[in-house]
Amino acid sequence: MSMQALKTGFFVSLLSLLLAACAGTTTEDQAAGPADTGAVAGDEVATGTVADSDIAGGDLGAGGVATVFYFEFDKAVLKPEARAALDVHARRLKNNPRQVRIEGHADERGTREYNIALAERRANAVKEYLVLQGVDSSLMEVISYGEERPAALGSDEEAYALNRRVELKEAR
Amino acid sequence: MLQACLKGIFLGWVLVAALAHAQLTIEITQGVDDPTVIAVPPIDLRGGGLDTDLGSIVAADLERSGLFAPVARGNMLSFPSNLGEIHYRDWRILGTEYLVVGEASRIGEGRIKVDFALVAVPGERTVLNQSVQGRASDLRGIAHYISDKVYEAITGIRGVFSTRLAYITVTPAPGGEMTYRLMVSDADGARERMLLKSNEPLLSPTWSPDGRELAYVSFETGRPAIFRQRLADASREQVTAFRGLNGAPAWSPDGRRLALVLSKDGNPEIYTLDLVTGEFTRVTRHFAIDTEPNWTPDGRSLVFTSDRGGSPQIYRIDLGSRDIERITFRGNYNARPRLAPDGRTLVMVHRDNGQFHIASLDLKTEDFRILSRTSLDESPTVAPNGAMVLYATKRNGKGVLAAVSIDAGVKFFLPTREGDVREPAWSPFL
Repeated sequence: MSMQALKTGFFVSLLSLLLAACAGTTTEDQAAGPADTGAVAGDEVATGTVADSDIAGGDLGAGGVATVFYFEFDKAVLKPEARAALDVHARRLKNNPRQVRIEGHADERGTREYNIALAERRANAVKEYLVLQGVDSSLMEVISYGEERPAALGSDEEAYALNRRVELKEAR
Repeated sequence: MLQACLKGIFLGWVLVAALAHAQLTIEITQGVDDPTVIAVPPIDLRGGGLDTDLGSIVAADLERSGLFAPVARGNMLSFPSNLGEIHYRDWRILGTEYLVVGEASRIGEGRIKVDFALVAVPGERTVLNQSVQGRASDLRGIAHYISDKVYEAITGIRGVFSTRLAYITVTPAPGGEMTYRLMVSDADGARERMLLKSNEPLLSPTWSPDGRELAYVSFETGRPAIFRQRLADASREQVTAFRGLNGAPAWSPDGRRLALVLSKDGNPEIYTLDLVTGEFTRVTRHFAIDTEPNWTPDGRSLVFTSDRGGSPQIYRIDLGSRDIERITFRGNYNARPRLAPDGRTLVMVHRDNGQFHIASLDLKTEDFRILSRTSLDESPTVAPNGAMVLYATKRNGKGVLAAVSIDAGVKFFLPTREGDVREPAWSPFL
């Protein structure tokens, strides 16, 4: 059980490292737009291209302050430990204003689009808390992924608890 | 790491050919009690020569409908390919009710003609006797055409073997990332093609009513946005780029509008977008979640999911009067409505004892039934003939597609793929 949590934690940190690395090395030369592929012979389906995104990690977690906040099933209420960490983030963002992304996530139960809406509620709860602490709301963008980017794989309570979360990230 | 990232940056068409010929086994878990016995001997050029046996594709199509039990090739006493070659006693002895015979011939540059017939064995009656032409490179398409004609002649319902599926696959990529692909295949899962690949989530694919385009949600810009893409040349266009949610696209029956969900006003609301004028019209106004719109066949109303009553339930809004009516009352979780083509049967995701299943509701009789008994069932999509519902489920921890007939009598799993398969969307008739 703790092994699973440990593995998941490692996975998440590895993921954010990689995301940060990607953002640092990617150029914007693949603009989203019409693809220059020909039709696939035989059945009229061709393949398009997507641009790489500009998602970044950042050093918001400096000093060991949590940047991931967990939620109860079907709830968008901040837990006390999340509030404590967000108080630190609020102070830092007021002293050193910069753009942040607030990413909302859900567990896999329920429909995908409904879960995106639920996860947006969670991310909005974080944003509203930071606004109450005096952070300029124009510095924050809420992005909801719903169940599309799980932190932990698996269909059990342990994975679900890790997936119902909001992540605070620096935008670049 | 840089290399992993660069690899991750998309290079589309490389895999297409490799994925084209996946091995397919459809596992039928439940059929009707008394399936019609049908025999389909080989359908080939005289003397052989086609690299695909059309007869076996036709037999597999019919078997997958759950309504037919094909006679095994090994049990057949003869392989007739036209009406004149049929010895009825060879088929009576096997209990055969229907027999399909056919023969292919080359009719010029890369084209094939197939003459085929359907006979009822007991009365020795010819039900169908016709021919079909097509490209020699499209033998599966020719076979599906024959299957459609046979199915319709016997059941009275238009066949959907020539239609297509769109779906999303997700596979782990190096470095702990995930790769998302938008795929299109035949209705039997064969001839899978990749339409798009991304390192960021892709979801909610939906067909245009002419079957030539898909709309979907992509996170490739770092936030959700709705795109539309043509199947023929892969050309794509970003349709929305608002702050917040841009989701749940649904094409109107006339192809002119998209219903979609935006949260730019603070919470998720349903809008329609006129694809000709580019004009957005707000449809819902409520502080609750409103999402997952689907059009009624007459294009005048939308059904959608809302938690305005405290739990997610399905509502209908008249686009003219803006009158809203709650449709579902059973249980405390009903979401993602999809209407059958007759506009009368509604399928949805229904939570029952903590389990998510696909359920149907007859809007006239209010007959409600749970269609699927697998777990974590979601994303139902109705075949254009209204006979089958395809949905996504989990099996041994893996996302797979499953199908159930609208009367719950027939159930089967589609062939498994690498990675998770999710969010099927059944095309219209093509």
